Amino acid sequence: MTRKTLPWLQSGGCGGCSLSLLNAETPHLLARLQQANIELLWHPSVSEVNGPELIRLLNAIVDGDTALDILCLEASAMLGPNGSGRFHMLSGTDEPMFQWIQKLASRAKQVVAVGSCAAFGGITAAGSNLVEAIGLQYDRSQRGGLLGEQWQGADRLPVVNIAGCPTHPDWVTETLTLLAADALASDDLDEYQRPRFYTDHLVHHGCPRNEYYEYKASAETAGDLGCMMEHMGCLGTQARADCNIRPWNGEGSCLKGGYACVNCTAPGFEEPRHSFVETPKLAGIPVGLPTDMPKAWFVALASLAKAATPERLRRNAVAERLIYPPGRGVKKRE
Amino acid sequence: MSDGNGRTLLGPLNRVEGDLEIQVAVAAGRVSEAWVNSPLFRGFELILQGKAPMDALVYTPRICGICSVAQSVAAAGALAEYLQVTPTDNGRIATNLTLACENLADHLTHFYLFFMPDFARPGYQSEPWFEAIRERFRAQTGAAVNQVLPARAAFMRLTGILAGKWPHSLSLQPGGTSRALSTSDIVRLRMQIGSFRQFLEQVLFDGPLEQVAALASREQLQAWAAAHPHGDFARFLSVAEALKLETLGRTRHQFLSYGAYGQSRGHWFCRGVVGWQGNQLQPRTLDLDAITEDMSSAWLRGESAHPSVGHTQPDIEMPGYSWCKAPRLAQQVTEVGALARQVVAGHPLLLDLVREQGANVMNRVVARLLEFALVVPAMEDWCQQLIPTAAFCAPQSQRPAQGRGVGLVEAARGSLGHWLSVKDGRIHNYQIIAPTTWNFSPRDRAGQAGPLESALARTPVSGELHECLPIQHIIRSYDPCMVCTVH
Repeated sequence: MTRKTLPWLQSGGCGGCSLSLLNAETPHLLARLQQANIELLWHPSVSEVNGPELIRLLNAIVDGDTALDILCLEASAMLGPNGSGRFHMLSGTDEPMFQWIQKLASRAKQVVAVGSCAAFGGITAAGSNLVEAIGLQYDRSQRGGLLGEQWQGADRLPVVNIAGCPTHPDWVTETLTLLAADALASDDLDEYQRPRFYTDHLVHHGCPRNEYYEYKASAETAGDLGCMMEHMGCLGTQARADCNIRPWNGEGSCLKGGYACVNCTAPGFEEPRHSFVETPKLAGIPVGLPTDMPKAWFVALASLAKAATPERLRRNAVAERLIYPPGRGVKKRE
Repeated sequence: MSDGNGRTLLGPLNRVEGDLEIQVAVAAGRVSEAWVNSPLFRGFELILQGKAPMDALVYTPRICGICSVAQSVAAAGALAEYLQVTPTDNGRIATNLTLACENLADHLTHFYLFFMPDFARPGYQSEPWFEAIRERFRAQTGAAVNQVLPARAAFMRLTGILAGKWPHSLSLQPGGTSRALSTSDIVRLRMQIGSFRQFLEQVLFDGPLEQVAALASREQLQAWAAAHPHGDFARFLSVAEALKLETLGRTRHQFLSYGAYGQSRGHWFCRGVVGWQGNQLQPRTLDLDAITEDMSSAWLRGESAHPSVGHTQPDIEMPGYSWCKAPRLAQQVTEVGALARQVVAGHPLLLDLVREQGANVMNRVVARLLEFALVVPAMEDWCQQLIPTAAFCAPQSQRPAQGRGVGLVEAARGSLGHWLSVKDGRIHNYQIIAPTTWNFSPRDRAGQAGPLESALARTPVSGELHECLPIQHIIRSYDPCMVCTVH
């Protein structure tokens, strides 16, 4: 069976999705790609060739002489200033990187956006978006992007958006493995074209702070053990990803690291319109409610839960480490 | 690709973490001049203006996926000064462990994935050592990669324990860290550090870390390599000797280090500047107020300024050849990185090598590898210093309406600084000088070439410039991070 060819390009981003990808364990990244029957045509961090040899390879793809099965772009396309693309000219070519991406995508059987920058614009599009950063098929939550709404691959799949900032290594290698085996269909993608195998979950699922959440026993400052939804800006009950089910770096997640989920798989996460680390509230109630939860029920349940909070949780929630283990040390509330 | 001026355009250059373009002019078989272009501009300093100060902890790590923790630590340092918060001892130690993990993982990535594969390229196929080096270090398929990727990923598990994840953690806070460690967490940290030590002693050094750390002269280094030939360190040293890498990329700029791994007083590797007095290395006083960023060769508007009042105004119509500013310390070109850090810290091996041969390709790589031997034992000690009953994060709930702060840190690639000012509770100005901003800076107003630009000058070249491997070695000897450079 011929191997599926895959070039990997970067533009307006930090390279963090590639570095995260190198965290892949058992088997390691290159072994995973080999088992997935993928031939890495070029990657900025691990390939030998550069300079004219790389330009020849890219031109061979554009001319149709080298088959392109899966094109991966990590980072946003940058159109600025004033549509000229000069905020990133591919070095050695005097040509804006976004035009290279367009030319290559027109030859690709499938295009994959790796990370929220490539998918939606991401962090590079924050602030006033002076650099005119956009995603491959989205500009923030608006469909379109660099390649346009109509773009689809040979199997009628749109751009596959492996959103995240950064992406989990498994999200990337599992998506690529499925694509290489022609085993990813449009039904397997969600409303933002993200692979459902990880976005059919909420970050809330498997959160180690769930008991604090149930009783609205809330953290008040960095390092506290309690639920971070009420005060600390945590969006885990709305964010779509399996971060607390699939461990990061062996055992971690944002919540396990003691800090809020910033919903980094969502379009526009880079501009929450309030501080990332403080929950915006209206009349004392968080503005963003848990997914699918009617406001009246949330308010009713929250006030009931607060009234029922065991002393153990109330005190542990505002401590850095467990003061009271379950069933010991604290009198039951009357 | 040669333009009308007789300059040759080199690029795209990979294994440099981002995009890089270099122009070189050649005369009489040597590079006569070089111009370094950082071709990517994203504008983080502008994004940060008007944001809530604490949001810098979300934005700044995302400047760079390979120096993410270093960016966080610099931001947390700047915020700590603005908030007038002192990190707890535990928080300081946990921060050092997280940063040390990133820095060493970066050194590992650089050596095995970015730097050594160039010696396995066809240009060297007639060399007697070629087959063995190619079998070991070839990009993607060399034998080393099957050992290095698992060792790196396992070592990065430290960040899963300490910081939730890597890259882009929010655990590094002005008051310390948000993840209080238990005794069992510390056991796991020590296990992972121990496994990494084993990898280094078996695969990289073929000998104990303490012996490498104790090397004090060029003679001792040579003797050690001869006695430990099965390590990748010795393999590198033998190639370095065969190719005379100590003659490549030779410069004599002053060395800067902001000091690495804060202790209760001072730093584990001290802060300072070391310059040249004739042929002697001479410590100088570090005056942070004497740092300026010059924009004469950048597509940026404005006058040279100290970063506390600096600005970033992109304008593609400006005469220039890079998006990178030119930082200077007391108007002088300055080299940063592991070599600078160890020269400033006074490590006898590097002092001996640099006194004799200046900064060069070999010394820059030796300094990085030496840091494995120095930092891993320190990490083992730091784990012992953690007190699992004490606090990890100091209270930091105050939000003054006005204030300033500076965060200085040593990233893997050298000195990284963040300069923050807050007005009306919002970020008024935020300026960043990254390690590669120093090293890959363009010419300044006085016409002084940046460190890499002068390191490339005088490089002997023959044949097709694009296949000139010495140029590639010189570039990568700095372990450039191009996404940090302009940010």
